Amino acid sequence: MEVITPRTLDEALRLKSERPDARPIAGGTDLLVELNFDRTRPETILNLAEVPELKGWVRENGSLRLGAGLTYTEAMAPELAELLPALAEASRTVGSPQIRNRGTIGGNLGTASPAGDAHPPLLVEDATVEIGSARGVRTLPLTEFFLGPKRNALAEDELVLAVRVDPGRQPQTFMKVGPRNAMVIAVCSLAVGIDRVRGELRAAYGSAGPVPALVTAPLDAREDFPDLVAGASSPIDDVRGTAAYRRHALRVLTKRALDRVFV
Amino acid sequence: MSTTQPTKLQLGRIGDAVARHDATPKVTGEFAYSSDLNAAGMLWGVTVRSPHAHARIVELDISQAMRMAGVHAVLTHADVPGQKTYGLEFADQPVLAAERVRYYGEPVALVAAEEPEQARRAAAAVRVEYEVIEPVVDMERATEQPPLHTDRPTMAHGYREDERPNVVRHLVIRHGDPDAEGDITVSGVYDVGIQDQAFLGPESGLAVPDGEGGVDVYVATQWLHVDRDQVAPCLGLPPEMVRIHLAGVGGAFGGREDLSMQIHGAMLALQTTRPVKIVYNREESFFGHVHRHPARIWCEHRATRAGELVSVRIRILLDGGAYASSSTAVASNAACFAIGPYKVANALIESTCVYTNNPPCGAMRGFGAVQTCFAAEAQMDKLADELGIDPVELRLLNALGSGDTLPTGQVIEGVLPTAEVIRRAAALPVPDAEPLPRDAIRLPGGAGNTTRGEGVKRGVGFAVGFKNICYSEGFDDFTAARVLLRADGSAEIHCASAEVGQGVTDVILQVARTELGTDDVVLAAPGTAAVGSAGSASASRMTWMAAGAVRDACRAALEEQKRSGGEVDVERIYRHPRTTPLDPETGQVTGERAHVSFAVAAMRVVAEVDVDLGLTRVVWIGTAQDVGKAINPLAVEGQIEGGTAQGLGLALMEEIRTRDGLITNASFTDYLIPTALDMPPVESELIEDAEPDAPYGVKGVGEPPTVVSSAAVVSALRDATGRELARIPVRPDDVVGL
Amino acid sequence: MKIRLVVNGEAREADVWAGESLLTALRDTLELPGSKNACEQGECGSCSVLLDGDLVCACLVLAAQADGHEVTTVEGLRSEDGLHRVQQAFVEAGAVQCGFCTPGLVVATAALLERVPSPSDDVIREELSGNLCRCTGYAKIFDAVRLAASRA
Repeated sequence: MEVITPRTLDEALRLKSERPDARPIAGGTDLLVELNFDRTRPETILNLAEVPELKGWVRENGSLRLGAGLTYTEAMAPELAELLPALAEASRTVGSPQIRNRGTIGGNLGTASPAGDAHPPLLVEDATVEIGSARGVRTLPLTEFFLGPKRNALAEDELVLAVRVDPGRQPQTFMKVGPRNAMVIAVCSLAVGIDRVRGELRAAYGSAGPVPALVTAPLDAREDFPDLVAGASSPIDDVRGTAAYRRHALRVLTKRALDRVFV
Repeated sequence: MSTTQPTKLQLGRIGDAVARHDATPKVTGEFAYSSDLNAAGMLWGVTVRSPHAHARIVELDISQAMRMAGVHAVLTHADVPGQKTYGLEFADQPVLAAERVRYYGEPVALVAAEEPEQARRAAAAVRVEYEVIEPVVDMERATEQPPLHTDRPTMAHGYREDERPNVVRHLVIRHGDPDAEGDITVSGVYDVGIQDQAFLGPESGLAVPDGEGGVDVYVATQWLHVDRDQVAPCLGLPPEMVRIHLAGVGGAFGGREDLSMQIHGAMLALQTTRPVKIVYNREESFFGHVHRHPARIWCEHRATRAGELVSVRIRILLDGGAYASSSTAVASNAACFAIGPYKVANALIESTCVYTNNPPCGAMRGFGAVQTCFAAEAQMDKLADELGIDPVELRLLNALGSGDTLPTGQVIEGVLPTAEVIRRAAALPVPDAEPLPRDAIRLPGGAGNTTRGEGVKRGVGFAVGFKNICYSEGFDDFTAARVLLRADGSAEIHCASAEVGQGVTDVILQVARTELGTDDVVLAAPGTAAVGSAGSASASRMTWMAAGAVRDACRAALEEQKRSGGEVDVERIYRHPRTTPLDPETGQVTGERAHVSFAVAAMRVVAEVDVDLGLTRVVWIGTAQDVGKAINPLAVEGQIEGGTAQGLGLALMEEIRTRDGLITNASFTDYLIPTALDMPPVESELIEDAEPDAPYGVKGVGEPPTVVSSAAVVSALRDATGRELARIPVRPDDVVGL
Repeated sequence: MKIRLVVNGEAREADVWAGESLLTALRDTLELPGSKNACEQGECGSCSVLLDGDLVCACLVLAAQADGHEVTTVEGLRSEDGLHRVQQAFVEAGAVQCGFCTPGLVVATAALLERVPSPSDDVIREELSGNLCRCTGYAKIFDAVRLAASRA
């Protein structure tokens, strides 16, 4: 095993194209668990923590570019929390302060877990993913990024560079169900927002299907929306919860979320 | 960062609320736990474990592993030098599986290598061919399936003979006329999931060969001498060639009563002639110790219209898993305390523990009484509801006390202030409901932000629980202590009692300072070589037993010094009042007592439940506990708060999940224990009513809060939801009604 | 592989395995076993350390990622003239039982009080929710945090 640590984005992309098997690591909150429990032994680990271009967030022509290395703690800071309140609420539910200081949005996308907490709020925001490789940069709607449980649309030489959003500045919220009051992987989660420009109710769920997914409906479909969201999900029974409960909870959460955002 | 000068810590005597003597090295990181030990030339040991719950070992090939870099030894059952099996009470568990594995994670082979990663790689290269056998996983069907132990290891030990396969112990307590009819009958079936001790310090230790064929094992354990007595025969060594030393213990709660790495580490050390360290990781820890027995409990309570219990019939089924561990005693405890601290003239209690291929179960804080308290208290709530009597009043009406008779026929001779703890707990003022809006973390669902108050209902619950203190049923239970009293009045105490975090070290020091009238007292590092057995740090016995032994040794040393002058070195053995076995056919006492003493706690719980999502926030807990005499009130409160948290965990979230015997949540990601956001403030009242038979009147305090809190929390949930909630942990699905 | 880092104010070098966590490097190579190995999956906080001043779980930091960075462990809180006020408060409040969670809690509390000198009870609970304790039920830990805060 070997760890390589690029200092620039160009170097990172070059290394990834030269060694497509290299496992990227940012905050390490997923990969280290696999390493510590002997579940993976990659030949090469690509340490992205020293790449300055991946850090932080910027405004670009009215939209926001969230670097792949943006941590949950950074997403909870007041200025960004005001622009993306559901993402901030979701970040608050991620693990503990220790995890939020390390875990990154780009890492969450890279792992592509159906339970990833950043995914629902970003789906509701109609985010696009900026993907880079030595071949160049492409963007992909987030809805097309998740392909299956822990599978995403990255080619083997590609890295997530950033997530782009145009904050709608409209009411939105995030909720996550777990059997204790902190430090849980989502039994199911939900982000809901109103988009009055498009005239849409937008909801995205996590842990209730093979991928986090977006459900939309016209603004006047408020009554039916909880059933629509629950019906769109395809949850399974697993060690964290039952399919029946997840569907039920999505219905409850959607109703409550709508009550919150229609103010 | 700023620093402050340490204030000089008070060196306490009996009854003083003082800081722990080991707190300073623990806050600085200097305290050496069993996983922190190192030795020159040390190798790392790794255990190869079964991926199946039940299988025949067809072939075991270590040749590839032996050839790998850094590897010094790969051992299998053939390399066990002495006795091939061991066990806390019955030697039914192979040191390394020979022909058959009986549970998921059972040790099959051992590797020692220079580096941890080399040891892991070699362990992965040990080739084991298994032929999978259908596992016995349903405890209700276990007695009809092929026996997992054909030699029936727990039979013919004075227990009731039971011919059925896979019976660990079957016990019947028949008292009065169980067929007596009441005016009203309530019944129910209750289930309890498998709870894990989840101590934070993983199983670990260091084995060091002494160069003369013997070995020193530094390990986190609960009973040094019983470890030695199991390790030595398996190594084929006389006991004095195996010395067990207490390394820092990161919590125990019953889970360190059975052996983990002790024999394995010693085998590798003797084979390689190098020190060997073994540290389990968190996943392995779920395979490394026994758990709390899952249970199914059928209850029928008959009472008069006025609320007086007439007859109680309870049938208990416990899943002991693959090996006996302490299951026979757990089965008995579950039966003896099944009814709770209530008077009843007629009872029929049947308790059965079976072998299965599920995870092995044994001791955990509360030891059988937790499961039955949950069932019996649910029944008392149900009865109160049926009769229209206040649940606290119903409990008071039936409260058991000194002079009353237990279903085993034993008359309570000591102190048992059941009515007092009920009154005191019920009198604690319940906090008012908090107004809305509130931050999410002050609502059910917590940080998950799932409600702003929608669906939230408040409930108040109440429960009472009791259990025995010290070992029971004729067990020769003793503790040795040695006092080296010097001419200048300073003293060194030896006692092999295991400091597992509960604070027994401070008990010993406080007793010695009090008896010797000096602060100049130290406690030597506990080991098997310097002093006799202390018995186990379990059954809420260690404070009582160590206090007795140290008191007696101190007094003897003072007398001896008065006689002879100069330095004296005195060892004394303390025994609590003798107990006798239960009659195997009737479950009645065969002498004066089967249990030494009892402790009781009552608890009131306020909870808020989001009834639409099934999520809970426990708001407040108030409890009153019978503690005999609090040697260190600060430590007693700590035991109550911590013990309560473990019961709350079992009520709401803690369960080892299995599928066909395979554990599916062997991690802290999916086995959840309460966080800082899950535990409410606990207000505790200590009822100090000295126990006549105990040194200084002490009673153990560790277990009663765990016994009662699961029941009390679920009682509050029932009040909030109106649902029966007959299973713990309560799942969100159960609250919602899915 | 070789890493160079500053641990508790001292420049250190360590030879680590590439797949090793910072926690393992601290405990087994740098001879600082104060950070504890309870879960090694970021769920318990017993390995909490400061990495460039941020509170992190050392078990989830690849040792190689600490190369060129600064780490403070529980061993680094104590100065020559005594215990850190958080350590002192944990001792006095009875916040320690088995103590396996204590180093992580002490580091997490010290970090909290640097950011929020007088935290409310809710803030204490939420900020320490990533530090599991199996012995105390947390009550005396909260007492210790309040005591330490009162002595700022």
